Formats: sequence, C-alpha cells, structure tokens
Amino acid sequence: MADVTISRTIDARGSFCPGPLMELIRAIREAVAGDVIAVWSADKGSKIDIPKWVEKAGHTLVGIESKNGYDEIVVQKTH
Amino acid sequence: MQRIVILGGGVGGTLTANLLARKLRRRIDRGEVRVTVVDATGQHVYQPGFMYIAMGGERAANLARPEKSLLDRRVDLVVDRIARIDRDASVVELASGEKLDYDQLVVATGSRIVPEAIEHFEQEAHHFYTAEAAAKLRKALDAFTGGRVVIGIAGMPYKCPPAPLEVAFLVEAELRERGLRDKAELHFCSPIGRAFTIESVSEMATPILEEKGIELHTFFNVDAIDPGKKQVLSLEGEELSYDLLILVPPHRGAQVLIDSGLAPAPGGWLPTDRGTLQVKTGPDRPDADPTPRYPNIYALGDATDLPLSKAGSTAHFEAPVVAQRIAAVVEGRQPTGKGSIYMGKVMCFFEVGDGKGTLLQFDYDHPPKPPKPNQLWHLGKIVFNKTYWHTVPKGRV
Repeated sequence: MADVTISRTIDARGSFCPGPLMELIRAIREAVAGDVIAVWSADKGSKIDIPKWVEKAGHTLVGIESKNGYDEIVVQKTH
Repeated sequence: MQRIVILGGGVGGTLTANLLARKLRRRIDRGEVRVTVVDATGQHVYQPGFMYIAMGGERAANLARPEKSLLDRRVDLVVDRIARIDRDASVVELASGEKLDYDQLVVATGSRIVPEAIEHFEQEAHHFYTAEAAAKLRKALDAFTGGRVVIGIAGMPYKCPPAPLEVAFLVEAELRERGLRDKAELHFCSPIGRAFTIESVSEMATPILEEKGIELHTFFNVDAIDPGKKQVLSLEGEELSYDLLILVPPHRGAQVLIDSGLAPAPGGWLPTDRGTLQVKTGPDRPDADPTPRYPNIYALGDATDLPLSKAGSTAHFEAPVVAQRIAAVVEGRQPTGKGSIYMGKVMCFFEVGDGKGTLLQFDYDHPPKPPKPNQLWHLGKIVFNKTYWHTVPKGRV
C-alpha cells in the first residue's frame, strides 16, 4: 500500500460492527472519485464486511494491513 | 447546595431524576440538593407505541402524559428549550433566557429524525417515528390494494433497531389476512451485509424473511428517491421501484450538543464512556485519552455514541448507573460496586407477526440468544406497553 496517497483516515477503533462500515460509507459519500480512504478498525468483522460492501458498491479495495491491535482497510472511491 | 440538572424528560431523564429523588430524598428535603429536569414540551411520549398506531390500532392520545405526573414531587420541572450548554462555566442557558447552574449535568436529550436530509423523503416515504407519520402510514396501508412495498433504513444509527424488521413482518401478516398477499411484493433493505446488525438476531430473522417471502436486499444505503419513477436508489447502485415506500428516516443527536461543542457534527452523538457514562471527549479533543473530559457531565439513552440500540431499554438500564454515580458524588463517596458501571445491558421485545414475538437480551460481552418466537413474548410486549406509565419512569422495574 506504499504507492497510494491516503486522502483521509478514519479512526473507528472505538466503534463496533457496523460502526466502521457506516463511517466508511459516510466518508465515501463526502469524497470525490479517486480519493483513497483508510479505515482503522479493531472489530474483526470489519475486514469481512468492508470488502464485501466495497465489491457491491463498485469501489476498489486497495488493501488490508494488520497493525498493532487493529486493521487498516484502504479503499479507493472509483465513481 | 448541590444542583443536579437533567436535560430531557424521556425515559433516561425521567428515570434518573426519580432514582436520584429516592436516593437523595433527605438531602433534597433539607434543601441541600436540587434536582431539575428541563424538557422542551413537558410531555412524556412513549415512542415505542408509534409503530402500533400504524400496525395495531393504538391511539396517539394514549402515548403521551404530562412529564410532571411521572416525576417525584421532589423533582423540579422546567419546560423550556435548551439554547446552549456552557461546559466551562457549568451553566445551561434556556431559550427563555433563564440560566441554570449545575454541579452535575445529565444529558438525556435523545435523538431526532431528519427526513429532510433526503430529498423527496417527506412526500414519498412513509415512516412511524412520529404519531402523525404513523397515522399517515396506517391510511396508506388501508388504501393499499396491491403492488410493491419497499421497507428500508435511510440512515444509521436509528431508534429501535428491530422496528423496521417488525414492520416488514407485521405488514406481511396484515396483507395475508386481508387477502392481498398474492397481489403484493415485499422488499426489505438493510444498509449492512445482513438483515440486522447483531449476527444472532440476523440469523433468527433471515429465515423468517424467507418463509414470509420478503426479499432481502443487503448493503442498500438509501442515496436518493426518484418521485417521477417511484424508485428508491442506493449508494451501491441498486434501484428499487415502489408503490408503498416505508423508510426509517435519518436520525441525529440534539443540535444544541453540536452547537455547544460537546458532540461532533453531523451526527451529534455524545462521546460517552461505556462504563461510567461520563462524557468523554469533545470534538476539540478527538484523541483516545480515556480520562473523562467532563467528569460532572453524564450522558444516557439515544444521546450517546455508544454502540448499542437507541432504545428506551438502553436508557432504562443506564439510568440507575448515572443515579448511583451522582448520588455517590453528592454524598462525598467514590462510586463503587457493580451498579456503578454500565455493562451494556439492553432488553427488547421483537414482533415477528401472526401474534408472535421474541426477546432480545444482551450486553457488551454477551450477544442475544433470542428464543424461538411465540405468543408469550408478543403478549409480553403488549403488557409492557400498557403498563409502562406505572413501571419504567418510576423505577419500579
């Protein structure tokens, strides 16, 4: 994920499913096509739910990286 | 004089006030403590009843009582709107210009619906989050003779999470009873990847949706309504035609909390400590510091940002914690013991139609294990609704 520039990072670590997904959806609504959004989530469900949503909504999953106690899920808004 | 000010006369505010009046009655009688509830209307409304205006012959007149009639006589009631909370000076400014100084503040300002956040919502979509809207939905159901019914959720979080599923089940049962089921298509739209946020409840509800022939659309986040084509469009690119559209409107916290710098925009939900229910951090300090920023400000009910149901039940189980903690502070003690920490307890009834219901009971660490739907839990909900006025606000259950 080193070659993408993250436009916005959402720290949803205090939030539980579906909070991180809802935070991402809100950010996607506010973003413009091409923006890259990183979501930090400590909820294990996020790395399953968020990629499924990204696929359905037709955006791009840039990657998922496990950090210290949370996951960073990076999504690019494509339309 | 210790001044305890409680903002909001809903379940959380009323119950906290009455529990404090009970715990601190001698001090209140001696004039050492004053408990004041501020409410914009002075009417206590039993909001879970709205759904039954649409689906169960309930009347709006049965769902409101004067707040004063529910409060302990030791509690003062001020009927006014809140203009501003000055957290540095510990003052609540009211619309009338009156100022209330506080030593302990309880924010129980609830949530509000914002249908205007979605264009054409008000003319096209029905809902059941006010008595008027529920009555209008009832009329629309009476006039319905067949077609596509779309039921969905136009924003999260929202009050009473099971309600849209309950409405889907109840509408389906009603159409069957009226001999209209084969002339109707029912669609249920969920913003997330399953029918309900909590997995175990989703696992219970999904087969019922299938059995009743209600089509489930997951990841359907309402983006727009096209009144010309009679279509609801999702952010994910799905389009659903409707003849009758029933949507949970978007919800937000009280605007005054955003304006006073206590809660972040646009949601307006108060950052709240999950155990002590103290207001944690303001948007001006969005860090992960666990120290309560405002140790003398508590939040409960819909007003918080806690990952729990926005429901009277949540407020019902939070109020004893807030009351216990404040009483301890007033009495110069450290709040201790099990009852001084909120464990996330919530309990709600869940209608599945055909006179059956189930019960959702859970906390932060234990997801619900809903029993198989039966008539008992449906009757439990009816009895609870009817006896509410004598039980919950007065702290009798």
